[in-house]
Amino acid sequence: MPPDKSTGRGGSDAVLHAISLTAVLFGTWLLLSGYFTALLISLGVLSLAVSVGIALRMDVVDHESHPVHLTWRIPTYWIWLLAQIIKSNFDVARTILGIGDPPTPNVVTVQPSQRTELGQVIYANSITLTPGTISVELENGEITVHALTRGSADDLRTGVMDGRVSKLEGGA
Amino acid sequence: MMEGVLEVLAWGLLGTGAVFSVIGGIGMLRLPDFYTRMHAAGVTDTMGAWLILAGLACLAGLTLVSAKLALILFFLFMTGPTATHALVKTAWYAGVKPLTTEASGQPEGTPPSNP
Repeated sequence: MPPDKSTGRGGSDAVLHAISLTAVLFGTWLLLSGYFTALLISLGVLSLAVSVGIALRMDVVDHESHPVHLTWRIPTYWIWLLAQIIKSNFDVARTILGIGDPPTPNVVTVQPSQRTELGQVIYANSITLTPGTISVELENGEITVHALTRGSADDLRTGVMDGRVSKLEGGA
Repeated sequence: MMEGVLEVLAWGLLGTGAVFSVIGGIGMLRLPDFYTRMHAAGVTDTMGAWLILAGLACLAGLTLVSAKLALILFFLFMTGPTATHALVKTAWYAGVKPLTTEASGQPEGTPPSNP
């Protein structure tokens, strides 16, 4: 991946990403081990140092693997997305049982308004996560979406989710 | 008292999750083609799995076990769409044409031909 100044590789952000990785890994260690003895915790710290060292050397610790800049905004988005997912689950379930809209499969393309690749990926994944719409392809700034019914395609075309993800990404 | 409420909630969640999983299974059989069936699988993937995990977490209470269940939930949240997308994109590139009930006027996606 080419270096990208606007997304803040290097400098203080790199330190932040490394700290975030360390915290996440240590939390995972504690959670999965469940033993809080000096020996096991020091073993954890040791493997932590090795893992973070390797990850830094591989140069994979960046704003894409550790989007710390989203930390404060993403919970709101997840809650909203969860509500959407529950809603469309009921729609798809009704379609399956034959008591809702009959399946009218169609393929649409949407233009994501996000500036960064990370934002577009979040948008495409949100589309897939919502039953009734699956993103087939993200190419040349266009997402090809397969929708189960006309209604789910129309929901997508309103661009509400797109706007939400763009806001999540940061307005500036 | 609290225990009882939690248990009822847990079984409610487990039951609803099971119902959604079965609906997803019915959809896999009833819907007409590959792509529409993926939508049915999505129901099992999301509501089915999440409700069952939430129910299990209620049964486990505030322990390390439910923290681990939350971790599984998080991983499903991340890997579910990835797996779905990988399957669908592969089918698309392999030339599986989606059934469409497209009225004319709307641009129709055409799968790229097999290289």
